[in-house]
Amino acid sequence: MTTAADLPQITKLDTGRERQARIAGAVLVALSVLVLFIFAPGATGSATFRLSRPTDALPLPDLAVPSSPFLYIAAAFLAFLGARQFIRGGGRWTALSLGLGFGIAVMALLVWAATGKAFSLTGMLQATMVRAVPIALGGLAGVLSERVAVVNIAIEGMLLAGAFTGALVGSLMGGVSGLVAAVAIGGLFGFILAALVVTYRMDQIIAGVVINLFVLGLTSYVSSQVFQQYRSLNDAPVFRAVKIPLLGDIPVIGPMLFQQNIFVYGALIMVAVATYYLFYTRYGLRARAVGEHPRAADTLGIDVHRTRYINVTVAGMVAGFGGAWFTLGAVGRFDEGMTGGRGFIGLAAMIFGRWHPVGALAAALVFGFADSLQQKLALLQTPIPSEFLAMAPYIATIVVVAGLIGRARAPAADGQPYVKE
Amino acid sequence: MDIELRGITKRFGEVVANEGVNLRVRAGEVLGLLGENGAGKSTLMNVLCGLYRPNEGEILIDGKPVAFASPADAIRAGIGMVHQHFMLVPVFTVAENVVLGVEPVGRLDRLDRAKASAEVAAISRKYGLEVDPDTLVETLPVGVQQRVEIIKVLFRAADVLILDEPTAVLTPQEVEDFFAVIRALRDAGKALVFITHKLNEILDISDRIAVIRGGRITGEGRPADLTPKTLAEMMVGRPVSFDVTKTPFSPGRALLEVRDLTVLRDDDAVAVDHLNLTVHSGEIVGIAGVQGNGQSALIEALTGLRRVAGGTVTFDGADITHASVRARHRAGIAHIPEDRQKSGLIPKFTVAENMVLDTYYDDRFSRGPSVMWDHVAEKAAEAVMDFDVRTPSVYSAAGHLSGGNQQKLVVARELSRDTLLAIAGQPTRGLDVGSIEYIHKRLIEARDTGDGVLMISSELDEILSLADRILVMFKGRVVAEFDAAAGPVDKGAIGLAMAGAAA
Repeated sequence: MTTAADLPQITKLDTGRERQARIAGAVLVALSVLVLFIFAPGATGSATFRLSRPTDALPLPDLAVPSSPFLYIAAAFLAFLGARQFIRGGGRWTALSLGLGFGIAVMALLVWAATGKAFSLTGMLQATMVRAVPIALGGLAGVLSERVAVVNIAIEGMLLAGAFTGALVGSLMGGVSGLVAAVAIGGLFGFILAALVVTYRMDQIIAGVVINLFVLGLTSYVSSQVFQQYRSLNDAPVFRAVKIPLLGDIPVIGPMLFQQNIFVYGALIMVAVATYYLFYTRYGLRARAVGEHPRAADTLGIDVHRTRYINVTVAGMVAGFGGAWFTLGAVGRFDEGMTGGRGFIGLAAMIFGRWHPVGALAAALVFGFADSLQQKLALLQTPIPSEFLAMAPYIATIVVVAGLIGRARAPAADGQPYVKE
Repeated sequence: MDIELRGITKRFGEVVANEGVNLRVRAGEVLGLLGENGAGKSTLMNVLCGLYRPNEGEILIDGKPVAFASPADAIRAGIGMVHQHFMLVPVFTVAENVVLGVEPVGRLDRLDRAKASAEVAAISRKYGLEVDPDTLVETLPVGVQQRVEIIKVLFRAADVLILDEPTAVLTPQEVEDFFAVIRALRDAGKALVFITHKLNEILDISDRIAVIRGGRITGEGRPADLTPKTLAEMMVGRPVSFDVTKTPFSPGRALLEVRDLTVLRDDDAVAVDHLNLTVHSGEIVGIAGVQGNGQSALIEALTGLRRVAGGTVTFDGADITHASVRARHRAGIAHIPEDRQKSGLIPKFTVAENMVLDTYYDDRFSRGPSVMWDHVAEKAAEAVMDFDVRTPSVYSAAGHLSGGNQQKLVVARELSRDTLLAIAGQPTRGLDVGSIEYIHKRLIEARDTGDGVLMISSELDEILSLADRILVMFKGRVVAEFDAAAGPVDKGAIGLAMAGAAA
């Protein structure tokens, strides 16, 4: 029989988790206040969301949301979530509440911005997918190299090199050749990074920065000096969207996933293949062992250096493919520094996605959403200045990486060179 | 399978780790390899398992010379090593760890996890090595992790097993189980090499013993013909006294009082769970326990390196539960950390710089923003002489000293201040016998001059020989207390408590 005296004494422990819960609560309450006092007052009428386009095979009716009631309900729900954090102290609910809260806040923002206007939801989701591609591929390149414990800061440079090479070779020899060349140049830079950090044991961050600066300098020089004069060198064909029969006709999802170009399909396939490789095959198991405990891998006869070379080179090829998106997948021409930090956001997606290919893709979609959101909001002419809207993807990055991820665990040997003797 | 090492010499730059070593290992035999840390045991075995290549000499298997270019070659030849620091990937399952490198696969290179688990289960049944193939290694206690290491070697059909300091992480009861496994393997015709620096264990388990010192074999024999004393002399190269002389126990006032202390690990799991203890002046309190039962977190909490989640710590009448590290230093707490390389000293700093890491801001060494290096060097020279730190000069980098001298440097810095309480975590881990003797002497001196000493060690023998009072820690709590001042303590009882039986 257990009496009260036998039970272990329960005292309140001062853990870091409670403080996190309180911070999350404060953020949620602040969002509620924002919705209540900024968005809700002026919102009269309703916001119309278009779920299909005139050309779609299966048209859906437009979705009309009455603005004022929606915003007040959203504010109330946010306040409830926030209060719950203070009263219940969070626990594993903290991340969930915060994610839900941000989702609601974003919906409220959309409703507020679209009040009295019509807004194409399908178009925005399609743009989300497109804009997520370079980030997802950058993140995937990060996953592939960090899983073998090589920190790959050079992804930004690899994307840029891929974009540049894609434009140049694409202009001269056609789109497919341009794509192949972009993948090859990415692989080359991956190999160079591997050589610097594996064989010559150069600091991984510095090696990555060196590659970034080198690519940025070289491509900027060529594009400003050569492309300005010989414009035909910077006029590549663009891969058009290919609609997949049947699947492409599904409302909302169809345009997002199945009416896209080769880069979107390629990214989805690569994520699937990488997941299979890392978690279901023999060589994936070995690669992960190299990233977690290279010495153990070595004692079992796994060649640590070769594994790192191969994975980092493949990571470079993935980034090169992602780079070609900027030119061959979008505008057909190269501009100085056109990757705009997508490689670094890709690294953030990798961390947010917990070093898992699917996670990185999901995180990239969040960033892609922020990116397309700012674009659409600029079109809707909200009172927010467009410069602030353009910051949205980067603000999303900071919020996500600093606040939402909690304690993601990197491969144990990440960033450390392996010295045999 | 018989293995012979002939004239093995291994050098690292200028340093000779092994010189002209001859050694035989026969099937169905346990060879005990005894030597101090740094004597060259591990190097020799790393040569045998293909991790290092010898500069001279050869390895013969059943009389035929072989050359190993990599560990893979040695594995193929049937030689498997269980490393002192486990070579396991914590986030992999037992089965994944076992098959790594020789994985069963199906189509498209798909890993056959079911087959891997079945094969691991078969081996574990055959040799009585109980373990669930599908659990994550990081969730297993060290004793079980060691079984995984052994299964890993057996899975590769090894006939020769090298066990490098296998008992360092085990409780006395786990050691008994482990020895049963070794005997079973020997009777199954395997050849085993058991590396240790523990005299009693090697006499207990070996069929033949070889002693290594300074990279050479200095003695060989059968356990029946050897005693701990003769072995120790072969190992150290001079007569060794095992007895620690202490003045009678006369504790004074309570110095450190810990009440309901709760400390969390980085992942918010409870490391120290409502722990109570008291240290009086003039006594050595030894905390025994298997590594990983909250000892490190306890030390960190007491020295201000980790936040206290609950409970109070009182020192000399003042509440220091949330005091800063420096405040604790100034109040008279000395801290000899568990890992001298990581937190005891800064290897790239000189001996003199390391000597004043805690007092550089003092009026004796600083005037305004500038450090008076001549005063620092003077004080360091004094302490170096006083504590027998063997260093070419106080301007040498601390990292270049031997492990024993590094630890003496840490002890010198901590105990040369005016202290009331010394907190020592594993103060003699990995040291040579001479340094161990010396550090024990200084800790006893501190006690005799009226300081309190709180010592944490996973070496039970060390605790038994030094402590006046022994507390056993298990899962973050003190589960048993033994009064060592009254008379000899039953080692078996402590062992049971370490395994949690008394709780």
